[in-house]
Amino acid sequence: MIRGTVIIDKDLCKGCELCIVACPQTSLALSKSINVSGYRFAELVETNCTGCVNCALVCPEVAIKVYRKAKGTKKVV
Amino acid sequence: METEELTNELELVYSKPETLKDVPFHYCPGCSHSVAHRVIMEVVQELGIQEETIGVAPVGCSVFAYHYMNVDMQQAAHGRASAVATGIKRVLPDKYVFSYQGDGDLAAIGTAETIHTVNRGENILMVFINNGIYGMTGGQMAPTSLPGQITSTSPYGRDTADVGFPLKITELVAMLPGALYVSRHAVHTPNAVRKFKKAITKSFEYQKQKRGTCFIEVVSNCPSGWKMTPVDTIKYIEEVMFPSYPLGDIKVPKDENI
Ligand SMILES: Cc1ncc(C[n+]2csc(CCOP(=O)(O)OP(=O)(O)O)c2C)c(N)n1
Ligand code: SF4
Ligand code: SF4
Repeated sequence: MIRGTVIIDKDLCKGCELCIVACPQTSLALSKSINVSGYRFAELVETNCTGCVNCALVCPEVAIKVYRKAKGTKKVV
Repeated sequence: METEELTNELELVYSKPETLKDVPFHYCPGCSHSVAHRVIMEVVQELGIQEETIGVAPVGCSVFAYHYMNVDMQQAAHGRASAVATGIKRVLPDKYVFSYQGDGDLAAIGTAETIHTVNRGENILMVFINNGIYGMTGGQMAPTSLPGQITSTSPYGRDTADVGFPLKITELVAMLPGALYVSRHAVHTPNAVRKFKKAITKSFEYQKQKRGTCFIEVVSNCPSGWKMTPVDTIKYIEEVMFPSYPLGDIKVPKDENI
């Protein structure tokens, strides 16, 4: 069951990795490719994101949007 | 399921506040300045005071804070942000006024302005970004640099016998009767960010009561000046900065009635 997810604006990301260490689910990792500024960027690599918002709270670039399963809505996948 | 499909089913719980302009930050990767900017603007958005808020930017890496913060702003001469904020607040006493300064700005060249602003009990919020170094000019030693800290002007480490000890200006201003609320925070972990945000919220709420100065320090990083990866700065903040700059409230209003 998907509980949450993130959308990371890869071109805003500076590859600082602060989101990666803040994620309690280790759902994030740095990409192998680079973005327009030449940084490796953070990506969601697992499906276990809970939408806890931790990554977005520490992201200096405000590059992360967080989504979470709404209370009372029916299960998503 | 594709992310796009998925986000239709899920609820958006975090995105950039509208009080931040839609431009990328110029700060180095992992710099605390961006997080501090964002948190202050989130609070402004949540309190619905965007039209009533006036900020004062310093000299230092955050000199262009007004490129990002979507509120009325003025930039001040080096160290003078709290003096400029004083002027603004006295002319427009019903606006929410804050200054935003680094340690080189607030605790070195601006020491006199800082102390006298708080001593007068100006009804403003002062946000103090303490990264223990002069970031903008290339990582020189600041009054707040730690004993033994290697900087470009203390290549053998800060020698306290020669240049004294880290200046705990936050404890200093807390002693002044004009200080209403003085608290030290950080933005290096999600929980630290949550607490910092609460402190900023409280400070704007206290400002309505016109009972004195709110002063919030943020123990920050400077990955470029410290010559560390952003992730390594987390450990440094916890192990090296916090013993000298412990987190928590230093002064709270006597009768908390908000
Ligand atoms: C009157 C004056 N003196 C010196 C400088 C050079 N100067 C620019 S920024 C700065 C220090 C900035 O350090 P800090 O306030 O800690 O901010 P940071 O860049 O670390 O965020 C100095 C000394 C200046 N711009 N003006
Ligand atoms: S915290 Fe933000 S800028 Fe840093 S790696 Fe993660 S998404 Fe990129
Ligand atoms: S020099 Fe330091 S304080 Fe300035 S933007 Fe870079 S990391 Fe931040």
